[in-house]
Amino acid sequence: MKAKKITLLFLFICAVLSVNAQNKIPAVNVKTIDGATFNTANMVNDGKPIIIDFWATWCKPCVQELTAIADLYEDWQKVTGVKIYAVSIDDARNSARVKPFVNTRGWEYEILLDPNADLKRALNVGDIPHTFLINGKGEIIYQHAGYAPGDENELYEKLLGCINPEVK
Amino acid sequence: MKKVLAVILFFLTFPFLAKAQENNKFGAGEIHGNFQMMAQNYLVDSTIGAKEVSEKIRMNSFANLNYINGNFKAGMRYESYEKALLGFDPRYNGSDITYRYATYTNDDLEFTIGNYYEQFGSGLIFRSYEERGLGIDNAMDGIRVKYKPTAGVYLKSVIGKQRFYFAKGEGIVRGLDAEFNLNEILSTFLPEFNPEKARYTYILGGSMVGKYQADNDPIRILPENVAAFAGRFNFISDKFNFYTEYAYKINDPSLTNGFIYKKGEALFVSANYSIKGFSLSASAKRVDNMDFRSDRNADVNNLTMSFLPAISKQHTYALPSFYPYATQPLGEIGEQFEVSYNFKKGSMLGGKYGTLFTVNFSNANNLDTTQTGNEQGYSAAFFSKGKMLLYRDLNFEVVKKISPKLKTTYTYMYQVFNKDKVQNVSGYGTVFAHIAVFEMQYKINSKKTFRAELQSMRTKQDFGDWAVALAEFTVSPHWFFAVIDQFNYGNAIAEKRAHYYSGSFGYTKNATRFIIGYGKQREGYLCVGGVCRLIPASYGLSFSISSTF
Repeated sequence: MKAKKITLLFLFICAVLSVNAQNKIPAVNVKTIDGATFNTANMVNDGKPIIIDFWATWCKPCVQELTAIADLYEDWQKVTGVKIYAVSIDDARNSARVKPFVNTRGWEYEILLDPNADLKRALNVGDIPHTFLINGKGEIIYQHAGYAPGDENELYEKLLGCINPEVK
Repeated sequence: MKKVLAVILFFLTFPFLAKAQENNKFGAGEIHGNFQMMAQNYLVDSTIGAKEVSEKIRMNSFANLNYINGNFKAGMRYESYEKALLGFDPRYNGSDITYRYATYTNDDLEFTIGNYYEQFGSGLIFRSYEERGLGIDNAMDGIRVKYKPTAGVYLKSVIGKQRFYFAKGEGIVRGLDAEFNLNEILSTFLPEFNPEKARYTYILGGSMVGKYQADNDPIRILPENVAAFAGRFNFISDKFNFYTEYAYKINDPSLTNGFIYKKGEALFVSANYSIKGFSLSASAKRVDNMDFRSDRNADVNNLTMSFLPAISKQHTYALPSFYPYATQPLGEIGEQFEVSYNFKKGSMLGGKYGTLFTVNFSNANNLDTTQTGNEQGYSAAFFSKGKMLLYRDLNFEVVKKISPKLKTTYTYMYQVFNKDKVQNVSGYGTVFAHIAVFEMQYKINSKKTFRAELQSMRTKQDFGDWAVALAEFTVSPHWFFAVIDQFNYGNAIAEKRAHYYSGSFGYTKNATRFIIGYGKQREGYLCVGGVCRLIPASYGLSFSISSTF
């Protein structure tokens, strides 16, 4: 029994090595802040980059990160055309608080609700915050776990790099 | 079992098939996953009550692997507890594949076999979820179908059994959920109507969940099939949001409710108004005999079907979360209010960089009940509160940026915590606590930041007064260093006035992190979403590594 399972695991790992990683965003249903069902396959930005940031109202470093980026977002958009999806994993305890929370802080992000962590799981996110950068072709080219003040600068460099691959 | 393995084998070798057919439409798939390992070494410390652990080192780890190829997905999780860290249920013991699934999706239909997580509405009668840090995982094992027959109509059906550590619960869970987005439905009749631009959105939903468990009780006649129903309504406009859900459960005698035959019900209402810089929210909840599990003999956090989160604020600082509230599924009535205002930059209270002010109040009482003396157990008045206070929390928070480099946060909180009732213990009574927290964050340069917290809790009950000091230094994008001391200076017993100090540092590169810590952990409750786990006192070295790929 054990041996069989280990064989399976081995097969799976072989399979891992045999496929090309393209890093597309998986299609998962989440909710918009207006209650509509939103399929993540529709996360598009006219060939411009996208940032997905997983957060929750109770997560201090997440709020810190989104607050820091909020001050820069307008400039980032002007230069790169980036669109940020801030995906809240608040469960039923706090999901109704997300909209007032966002509005009070004046955040201009696209807010999505993932109350049962379906998208979080599909993207293999462990602890939050967790940030993904997706280029204009829809490929995940960079991801980062956790937040320390200043991390937004590295994210911005990667963002610049992805709209203009010569700038590294 | 062999059949199951054959099915898994088929799906797991799918990548090979896909590879073999590289030139057809399957193409090559993608593999992603994550990995996490947490290890702790345990030392003895009699002052804080850290006991000897015979293994000396314990470790929890898991890895997820997910394969995606077009409309097809499959994956698995391997978990290992050799042995489980203190505070996790010892039934998490050993290593095995605990989660495996395959899903096929086309535009309107999604079909899953194997394990899955699912939630109906806000979860009052059905939520299958994982909270790894708390050791909660009631994943379903069975079949799930999601179908969207027409625009605005979302149907889900589930059948299966729930995970119980390394096995499955006895009860069979069956459920149906339907959600109707009236705006989207209207758009199919009125093509010129654009639901995304509508001023008001209306969403209706309903669900039905049943469980089956054989009655092997020698004395009682127990219902083998227990059904629960829930209905919900959501109204949304640009500034206003209203949500309500009501759930009803037929008689469900169980270990946790003392085998009474009373029906169960729950009502949840929330409303909020918000514009840029200002918000107002209110919510209320009434829960009556609503502990719903797929096994009537299950307890603690095992095999839960209903998810009844607390409606108090979820605190994150150490002392404000010292006495965390957890919903009493057998009966409670409570409410929460919050007002938040962002004083604009340049205004008198806003100063140069703006000031964010939040006040929050929450309260929970028991139900107003009358014992009936029969198999019904009790009856409860719907609109009146019981006399016993379970929890109350009034807190203020001010976030003030003083300069581009310096940011401060001030918190004050008054808390009433009925320890006996909420933690199901006796002899502790109710704790009344005043808590204050000061936090400052100073940005030394674009990469280096220093952060400090000072916290104080004054109470005459339980452990008495506490003080906490924390200092953290981060160097973006890779390093963090932190030290914390929690000092129980007001403990009535002089020998127990202990310092719980610890230090940690960590390194992050992209989506990989490792953290090394050393020190003393006080006994306490770790809570997420109103569900809690008791962590015993411990002392020693800890190590964790996690990565997403």
